[in-house]
Amino acid sequence: MSKAELIRLAVIVFLIGMLEALCRTGIIPTITAIPPSAMFEALFKILASGKFNQDIAVTLRNVSVAITAAMLVGIVLGTLLQSLPAVRRIFDPLFATYYAVPMYAFYPLLIVVLGLGDLPQIAIGFLLAVVAVLLNTLNGLDRVPPVLLKTAQVHRLGLIRTALKVRLPFAAPYIFTGFKLAVAYSFIGVIGAEFITSNRGIGYEIAFAYNNFDNRVMYPMILLVLMVVITVNMSLHHWEKRLMERRLR
Amino acid sequence: MHVSLRGVTRVYGARAGQPEAHALGPIDLDLERGEFFSVVEPSGCGKSTLLDVMAGLARPSAGECTFEGRRVEGEVPDGIGVVFQEDASFPWLTVRDNIAFGLRQAGRLDSEIQAQTLYALEFMGLKDFANAYPAQLSGGMRQRVCIARTLVLKPRLILLDEPFGALDQQTRLLMGDELLRLWRETGATILLITHAIDEATMLADRVGVMSARPGCFLEIVSTGWQKERDSTVVSSEAFGRLTSRIWTRLRVESLRSLGHVDQ
Repeated sequence: MSKAELIRLAVIVFLIGMLEALCRTGIIPTITAIPPSAMFEALFKILASGKFNQDIAVTLRNVSVAITAAMLVGIVLGTLLQSLPAVRRIFDPLFATYYAVPMYAFYPLLIVVLGLGDLPQIAIGFLLAVVAVLLNTLNGLDRVPPVLLKTAQVHRLGLIRTALKVRLPFAAPYIFTGFKLAVAYSFIGVIGAEFITSNRGIGYEIAFAYNNFDNRVMYPMILLVLMVVITVNMSLHHWEKRLMERRLR
Repeated sequence: MHVSLRGVTRVYGARAGQPEAHALGPIDLDLERGEFFSVVEPSGCGKSTLLDVMAGLARPSAGECTFEGRRVEGEVPDGIGVVFQEDASFPWLTVRDNIAFGLRQAGRLDSEIQAQTLYALEFMGLKDFANAYPAQLSGGMRQRVCIARTLVLKPRLILLDEPFGALDQQTRLLMGDELLRLWRETGATILLITHAIDEATMLADRVGVMSARPGCFLEIVSTGWQKERDSTVVSSEAFGRLTSRIWTRLRVESLRSLGHVDQ
């Protein structure tokens, strides 16, 4: 383990230890927060009981659908826009201001259009994630060296095969960055949307527990979200590093 | 004639405040099948434009280029391979997959792809690096990967745009030897574009000396080398005479290209 990793671990252990001590000594009352050890214990019991398994499954499924849709639409649209500079010039200012739009403001509209099921949550996750994928796809495609495109021409690949065999593989590390952001934004979008009007999912259960002052459910569920998101992101970071190692000259 | 250029001219239209640019021509040139032809030129006289037109990567503004009797225009004809000056290896593929790329795209059988790739790996001295990525190789080795990727397709015309430009002098001489060996083995027609007079003279049957922009052939010099030759010709008296003759022609054009018109 490197020195930086040791220091990082020490800081995390110190902060958890501090919170544990503050909760155990009553400085932070249990109505505000429970000790981290109690959070882990309660999370273990929740997972073992299977009480929230369906909510967890629904959230993970909706996040997966949002990510998949964002990746497909983002990559296809990014590739099309990159090959149509005139169209891209029209949309570029919209992409630049996209994240200034409070997406949750459209939630009532999404319910009217998509109904009360899982689709509005998925739509919010998708809408937050898709532009990150699209912009990173464009960024990667813009960097394809002209000599590789000439090489594709020499091999008589045509437009679609050039995109599939040369442009997109070259842009893969940038698209991967878009994927990482899509994962983060989809979790934020779906769980955030579940807070508002859903009647199932991790977000809904956290909100329900919060409204009922049920810290023995709320904190473990927050801990679960943190653990899932951190694990997924660390795995993606690891893959990204391996991908980049092949390319660094 | 294997390759023929008649009155080939390339003019880039005016754009973004820049005036029209006459980059190339008119060029007349005939290459015999199996000939090794080098082009030397001052900087910026349209050598890459010439290569693009011959490869079918760009259309001439006037004149025509034919390869094996067929007009080259708009797309790269079957049988032409190009090695570019810049590193054109695919960074996401291993050396083996880079070399096999063209064969896979051409839909060849797996057994043929494997056999051809293995042969090219051995032939180019890359066997020990078959599973390495281009990022793990030196510039010279990456260029060898690109040459191998071109050669496995058995092109009948190979266009080389300063393939050794990024290499040191010793490596260039050795790569030149390899290129001569490949040329003899494949029987392909080769057109090599380079700034290096010694490289052009050592390798080619004929050397075309180009003028400053717009690039035209000022003189085509026959070297008179035997087919069985290597880099040791650089120590011969004839080599000195030839390079001197070419440089005398090229010097004036190089000065012109730098704006020293009265030299």
